[in-house]
Amino acid sequence: MIQPPHAGEMITLMVNGAPRELAPHSTVAGLLGSLGIDPRLVVVEHNRLILRDRECYATRPLSDGDVVEIVHFVGGG
Amino acid sequence: MATTLEPTLDVSPLVVGGREFRSRLLVGTGKYKSNAEMIHAIEASGAEVVTVAVRRVDLNRASEEGILHHLDPEQFFLLANTAGCYNAEDAIRYARLARAAGFNEWVKLEVIGDTETLLPDTAGLLEATRVLAGEGFKVMAYTNDDLITALRLEDAGAVAVMPLASPIGSGLGMLNPYAIRTIKSRLKVPVIVDAGVGTASDACIVMEQGVDGILMNTGIAAASDPLRMATAMRMAVEAGRLAYLAGRMPRRETAVPSSPIAGMLGS
Repeated sequence: MIQPPHAGEMITLMVNGAPRELAPHSTVAGLLGSLGIDPRLVVVEHNRLILRDRECYATRPLSDGDVVEIVHFVGGG
Repeated sequence: MATTLEPTLDVSPLVVGGREFRSRLLVGTGKYKSNAEMIHAIEASGAEVVTVAVRRVDLNRASEEGILHHLDPEQFFLLANTAGCYNAEDAIRYARLARAAGFNEWVKLEVIGDTETLLPDTAGLLEATRVLAGEGFKVMAYTNDDLITALRLEDAGAVAVMPLASPIGSGLGMLNPYAIRTIKSRLKVPVIVDAGVGTASDACIVMEQGVDGILMNTGIAAASDPLRMATAMRMAVEAGRLAYLAGRMPRRETAVPSSPIAGMLGS
């Protein structure tokens, strides 16, 4: 039986340089969804590994202490 | 008539890394007052290649949009830069992130060596060029106007070498035409002058040196009227290219009359 996560069970990740709490067993897709980010417009780096295949977002699990960078294109010269 | 004929007079398109581009003017997308102004200016410039930077998504401002909300990747060729990187490792990381966006494997490689002048760290630039070219990237390397560095970048696998006219964002125009001409005469890969062009005459003079193209951002974006300046830059790049192809008359320090000496009254 799945128990609702308690505060102590939350995992903490560094996302774009700031700590962020997530439910255990979260995925990259879940993180992007919770942030309201369209996966097609960003690139995700997970623990310094660039996820070149967006298909893996839905299955790639996140763990406590992971470091995630979410980047996109902005104006520049 | 003249305006429709003009572009066709430059029979050769810009070819970089085996790909043809419709304009010799490449433009940046930074520093505009609004996205609408940026799009209008870029369209007026006639540029196909537009540079973009890679940055963190701002998670605290969910309404903040990336540039792809405004720039149609079908209409423009997105050239990601590594601006803001101060060593080869960071520049390589940014280039790989940009490629993972899925548009192309091109990068405008910058490895900056100094925060005040934004001059390149040429050792880091060479190292990053070697690594990225080895990974299949088409590297367009932003560099200074030093011939030896330009030659080594070509050897390292750069598909284009991009010497500066003057420091980034300075608008000082071309400080060393001799160096730019020398680089152009010695390299096999295209030479695209990047940075320092402040107004249309600067762009024209750069193109008159015979280089293959110009990349600019601030010269258009920081003009009082970017739309007009973008148009002026498009025309200046075309004019400078045509003047180069036409071959200028020799300079001489004495006057030579344009009208016949013979047939004057009373002679």
